[in-house]
This record gives sequence, C-alpha cells and structure tokens, in this order.
Amino acid sequence: MSELLRVRDLKIGAHVIPPDGDPFDIEIVHGVSFDLKKGQVLGLIGESGAGKSTIGLSALAYGRGGVEITGGEVFINGSDILKDSLGNLRKLRGHVVTYVSQSAAASFNPAKKLMTQVTESCIQHNLCSQSEAEERAVTLFRKLGLPEPETIGDRYPHQVSGGQLQRVMTAMALCPQPDLVVFDEPTTALDVTTQIDVLAAIKEAIRDTGVGALYITHDLAVVAQVSDQIMVLQNGNTVEYGDTEQIINRPAEAYTQALVSIRSAEHAEKLPTDAPVLKVDGISARYPGTKFDVLDDVSLELRPGQTLAIVGESGSGKSTLARTITGLLPQRSGEITFDGRGLTQTLAERSKEDLRELQMIYQMADVAMNPRQTIAMIIGRPLEFYFGLRGSERDKRVRELMDEIELGPEFLSRYPAELSGGQKQRVCIARALAAKPKLIICDEVTSALDPLVADGILKLLLNLQKIEGVSYLFITHDLATVKSIADTIAVMHRGKVVRYGPKSQVLSPPFDDYTDLLLSSVPEMKSGWLEDVIAHRKMESAGN
Amino acid sequence: MSFVVIKLVSQRIALGLLLLLAATVLIFIGTQILPGDVAQSILGQSATPEALANLRRDLGLNEPALNRYFSWLGNALQGDLGTALTNGKDIAESISGRLQNTLFLAACAAVVSIPLAIFLGLLAVRYRNRWPDKMISAITLATISVPEFILGYIVMYFVAVKLQWLPSVAIVRPDMSVFDRFEAVAMPVIVLTFVVLAHMMRMTRAAILNVMESAYIETAELKGLSAFRIIASHAMPNAISPIVNVVMLNLAYLVVGVVVVEVVFVYPGMGQYLVDHVSKRDVPVVQATGLIFAAVYILLNTTADIIAILANPRLRHPK
Repeated sequence: MSELLRVRDLKIGAHVIPPDGDPFDIEIVHGVSFDLKKGQVLGLIGESGAGKSTIGLSALAYGRGGVEITGGEVFINGSDILKDSLGNLRKLRGHVVTYVSQSAAASFNPAKKLMTQVTESCIQHNLCSQSEAEERAVTLFRKLGLPEPETIGDRYPHQVSGGQLQRVMTAMALCPQPDLVVFDEPTTALDVTTQIDVLAAIKEAIRDTGVGALYITHDLAVVAQVSDQIMVLQNGNTVEYGDTEQIINRPAEAYTQALVSIRSAEHAEKLPTDAPVLKVDGISARYPGTKFDVLDDVSLELRPGQTLAIVGESGSGKSTLARTITGLLPQRSGEITFDGRGLTQTLAERSKEDLRELQMIYQMADVAMNPRQTIAMIIGRPLEFYFGLRGSERDKRVRELMDEIELGPEFLSRYPAELSGGQKQRVCIARALAAKPKLIICDEVTSALDPLVADGILKLLLNLQKIEGVSYLFITHDLATVKSIADTIAVMHRGKVVRYGPKSQVLSPPFDDYTDLLLSSVPEMKSGWLEDVIAHRKMESAGN
Repeated sequence: MSFVVIKLVSQRIALGLLLLLAATVLIFIGTQILPGDVAQSILGQSATPEALANLRRDLGLNEPALNRYFSWLGNALQGDLGTALTNGKDIAESISGRLQNTLFLAACAAVVSIPLAIFLGLLAVRYRNRWPDKMISAITLATISVPEFILGYIVMYFVAVKLQWLPSVAIVRPDMSVFDRFEAVAMPVIVLTFVVLAHMMRMTRAAILNVMESAYIETAELKGLSAFRIIASHAMPNAISPIVNVVMLNLAYLVVGVVVVEVVFVYPGMGQYLVDHVSKRDVPVVQATGLIFAAVYILLNTTADIIAILANPRLRHPK
C-alpha cells in the first residue's frame, strides 16, 4: 500500500491578541510526526487543547483563526503541501483532501439546498458534470442510509435532523472522491442513539470507497471502533502512537491508561432513607404558545444526601423538568413538594428560604458567571444575599468554600476568563454551596468538559455530598456519568419517565426497548463493538 | 410558497396600510396646528373681516376638523388631492409631472449607486484591512461627509464649467427625448450617488463580514473555492436582509430628501414644489406632498421587510 499522508516534525503556532495587552505568539503543536497509508484510518485523540483539530486541518494546510503552521513537512501523495502556493492549495482542498466538521448544522450554508452544497466541490474543481455529481451524491446518500436519497438533496439544511446532516456532510466530503478525509469530531454533537448509526455509516463509507481518513475525537471508545491506528495527544505532544488494538488493550503510557480506564468508575448506590427532600408528583408542563406537553405526568422522589440522575437524549424534557422545579416554567398540573412543603408554581411567589435551599449548576460555567466579577465576588454574593455576611466574615467563608472545591486562595482575585473549564465549574459549585442548599440541580455539568476533568468534578461532587449531605438532581445524557454518581435513575423519553428506580435495578435486565437502545448505544472500549451491536440490532429487527 | 410566508407577508402589508393611515392623521393634525390663518395669508393684511369670513366658509374651514379630515381622506383615496390655495390649480395635475421627474432622478441614481455600492462592499470584504478596503472607505466616507450642496457645486464646477461637458442646470421639459433627459440628470445623479454610496457600501461590508465569521464560510474555504466565489455565493445570500434595509432607506431618501440637490441644479422635482408651497402656507399642497412622501417611505420599507421574509429559507421552506 502506498503512502498517502506523511507528517514530519509538524509545528503549529498561534498569534494571540488578548483584549488587554500586547499580542504574542505561542506554539500549540510541538513537532508531531505520523504516517497514513491509503485506505487506512488514523485516530487522533486527546483533550481540548491537545492540538488534534489543528493537526487535522494541517492536512489541508489550513489554520483556523490566528493559527499558523510554523515548521515541519506535510506530504500528500509525496509532495509537501506546506510549500504549495494558495492556488495549488485550492486545487487540493475539496478535491484531494476534504473535511467533515463537528457541527454540520453550522457548517452548511443555510441559504442553499443540500445538493448544491454537496456537489459544489465537484463542479468547482471541474471533476464532472452537474448531473454526474448529483448521481454520485445520490449513491452516497443511499450508502449512508439517508431517507429518500433521491430527493433529500432538494431540502435546505434546517429541514433535516442533526444526525442526517452529519451524514450529508460525510457525503459532501466523499463526493469529489478524495484520497483523504479529515473527520473532526463528527459524532460528538449527536445523541448516543444517533451517534451509533452515523458512526456505522461513516465506517462503511470509508471501507467501501477505500479512502484514507484522519479521525479526530476526544472519545477513545468511539475512535476504537473506526481506526486502524491511534495517536494520543496531550498539549501538542504525542503521548503514544500505535495500533488500535495495542492502545486499547495494552496502553504503555500512564496518560493513555487514565483515558482507557475512565469509564470504569462506579459509585456504590445508597439505600432509600427517610422522607424524600424532593417529591415530584404527576407534573405536566408545556411552553407558552405550544399545544404539546414537554413533560407528561412525571413523578419522582429524591432522598436527602442522595443523587437522582435524569437520563435522556436531547428533547426528552430533562432540562424542562429542572425549569419546572425551579419555578421558571410553571407546571400545568401536578405537585412539587420540597422538604415537606409545597412549592409554588412560579418563582416570584417563592420565599427566600425556598430559593436558598434549591440551587442550580449549569452546563456552561463560563456564561453562568459575570465575566467582570472576580471569583471572590462571585462566591461572596450568595453569602451576602442569603446570610448577610460582610467583610472578614464573608472572606473567611469564601476561603472555606475555596478549600472545599480544592482551589487555592490565589484564585480569589482572578476573573472567570483566567480559569480553565474545570476550574470555572468548580467555582459554580462553590457558589451553589455557599447558599447551604438542601438540593442542587446539576444540568449537564460535566458535558462540556474533557473526560479526565469531568471525572474530577464528579469525584468532587460525591465528596461534597458526603460532607454536606446535599442532594443532587443530576441531569445528563451520558450513561457513563450516571453510573459513577447516581443512587436512583429516571430515564426520560419524549417527556415521559420510561424507567425509574434504584440504579442497580434500572441498569439490569430485563430492559424496556428504549433503555435497551440507550444502554447498548454507549460506545465500549473494545474493537469490534460497533459491528456486534449493528449485527445484533439487524438480527432483532429481522426476528420481529 | 408556504403558508407561513403568505401569512407574514400579508401581515406586513396590512401593517404598512395601517401605518399609512396613521401617517395621514399625523399629516392632517400637523397642518392644522401650523400657525397663522390660510384665509388671512391669501387675502393679505388689508382684507375686511367679511371677506375673510366668506373665504373661510368657501374653503370649508368652519367645518369640524374630523369632518374635514374624512372628506380630505376620502377625496385623496379617489385620487383627488384638492386644489392649491395659491394658484387654484388642481394639485394632482401639477404634482404628477414633478413626481415623475423626481422618480426618474431617483431611479437613475438608484440604478447607478446600488450595484456600485454592493460591488464596492464586496470588494472591500475581499481585500479587508488592505489598501483597496481602506481607500473605498476613505473616499465614500469623504463624499458623505461633504454637504450635498457643496458637492453639487464642485461637480458643477468641474463638469459644467471646466470641462463644459454638460449644462450647469438640470432642467427637464415634458417634450424632451429620453436621451436628453439622461443628459440633464447626469450631474444630480453623480451628486446623489456620492451621498448614498457610503451608507450602503459600509452596510454591505459589515453585513458580509459578519457572515464571514460563520462556520459554513470555513467549509467553503476548505472546499478550495476562490475568495470571490465564497463572498458572492456563500456570504452574500445570508447578508441580504440588512443590506436591503439600508438600500430601501436610501431609496426613500432619493425620493423625498433630494430638495437641496434639486434647488442646486434647478431640477423641477417634488422637493422644490413642496418647499415653495410650505413658504406660502398652502395647506392642501403640503398635505398632498406629505401624503405621497409618507406613502413612498412606507412602501419601500414594507418592501424591504417582505424581501427579508422571502430571503429567509427557514420561512420559505418550513420543516
């Protein structure tokens, strides 16, 4: 097999222009080398900031934003593309090398039909006629399992679902029959049950077309399904580079071992204790101006000092449940009992005590904090508001809270923008704890974080629960997270609770259809898992 | 065409008509509170009280305001704008020629300036922050900053006096051929183009630059498309609504705001006619021109709204 891509000592820098201060240059990739043969798939894996997308885009000699390739060589089919003129690069991009991005929804032009965009590369590079390109596209749509392959191209991007759009993007990348496709987190934004279909479609398309691929992701279990080789990256350096089988089963480096073992954390479930701190009884709710119940007769209970995990995919109503409990969206029917007293439907009618005892932590820590306040002010605010603490008394309590979230006092004078994602989320946790709540609603608090950082946050939450005896209503789409934190689980689907009970019971067979689908869709860290699941599902649907 | 679009467009049109009705009320009230007495100003200081009373009765000034409003509105709807107090001529008749002149001048200026502004905007985006961009911005901002009457005299000085290409006035007569008309309006068109260019060009530039930040522009770049194709084919269609809004505002200005340019070039348009009759306190003429200007403004802005609705694929092709 011939060499398709050869990268030698690749160095990539970025020109940073801070809002206050002088611009400066940093290096984000420090000399990375790898090879890719025709028809092979190399997985690039790492946390955010590892430089994996930047490396992927270097195969198109492209730097996003202020990013610039500063050294090394990138050979495609034997010629160094870093020495090419912009005119030659244009001939390469969209023809020899193509790109599939994480967010297909944002990467399609909203004003143009899908077919126009899918065939555009072929036409602009004079590869074939419009009708020929459309034929290719329809063939690819069919291969990728898109519904109505003949006519789906006439639709606009907003008229198809996220999973379908991601497949159309793959078709767009394959249409000019490239030698190399760069997949940049193509399934990360999708629900697990959608991810598995897209993943299978991409894998099949790669195999059938014999195209080489760089597959970028932060999820080792996903990349294990599609790649022949894996390169683990951290802070712009290669940590480990080898065959998929070796990386998954016999990781040599400590960092890789941590990544591999991350999903195995389990939390021993606590038994039901005394009276529930939160009781949701037959709640139904809909958004103003709609005629559709987003929540349909939802009943749940949460015991003091325990964690109730609400699991579901996007649109299942899990965040709406949080909005209803906090009073942001009044329920149409049903009762919410908190600590033995009924909660009013709307926020405005609730007492300060109700507000204090029920706190919230959000997915996006950086938009949940005032960027112009220091960490000390952010954590100190609830202390002033709820307890009237001032001056040294308040400062003392702020320091205690900083201790609890394992951040040093040097952070107190910093602004949110100076903190990493995990640190920001810790500050949000401290702010919620400052009110001494009985219940904290955690809405996808680890979803935006890298796996190892998310792991740290989960451990912190469990530890705080032990010390403070606080209860968590933990909303997430990630079943692995659920396993490591929940005592009780409620699975939601289309506004209904389809399965509810102690963790051990919910996660053991016999399953209902939806929970089964959800559980079996979570990628497992072993090669061949994808094929097994797909084969199993085909057999089942044939049996029915 | 989907149901949603038809509903939204009809809402816009209904709203436009409602707005026009409100404008008629404002125009009528506005002209009623003008100081002075029409009869007095027609007959002059030496008029006898009897003569004044007779004239007031003849003009219908003794009727209640509400009645006068409705009879004025009813007549206007039938195309009868009344007669001018000063010369007794039918207003609709005297206006129609001048309105045609104004629309002709506005149309000529629009045909030159809109494509030029959009092209310059695209060019500025293509070479953003480089010298073509800076030069385009500097020149257009300079021409918008100079008052239009000075611009008018500068153009007149070079084109008419120095080069002697064109006469220094832009008089058009009904018996002129189309080509002669073009020649006559050439100088006012140059001046008006200078005045409206900067606004439209800057908006085109800003709207497209805004879109250029989108992820789908990166997709287009990674397809290996040329810079100009990316701007014109991928960015432009998504920047239409803000551009159309500014274009329509400038079109409205070309129709109703060109009085200074008309005076400089002695062009027989609506603006001059309006100013003449305001100074003579000729209320029916002021009302009539006000009504036409308001209608033009509302028509153009409603058109902009409708284009913005039609340009949105989410509304045109609902799920």
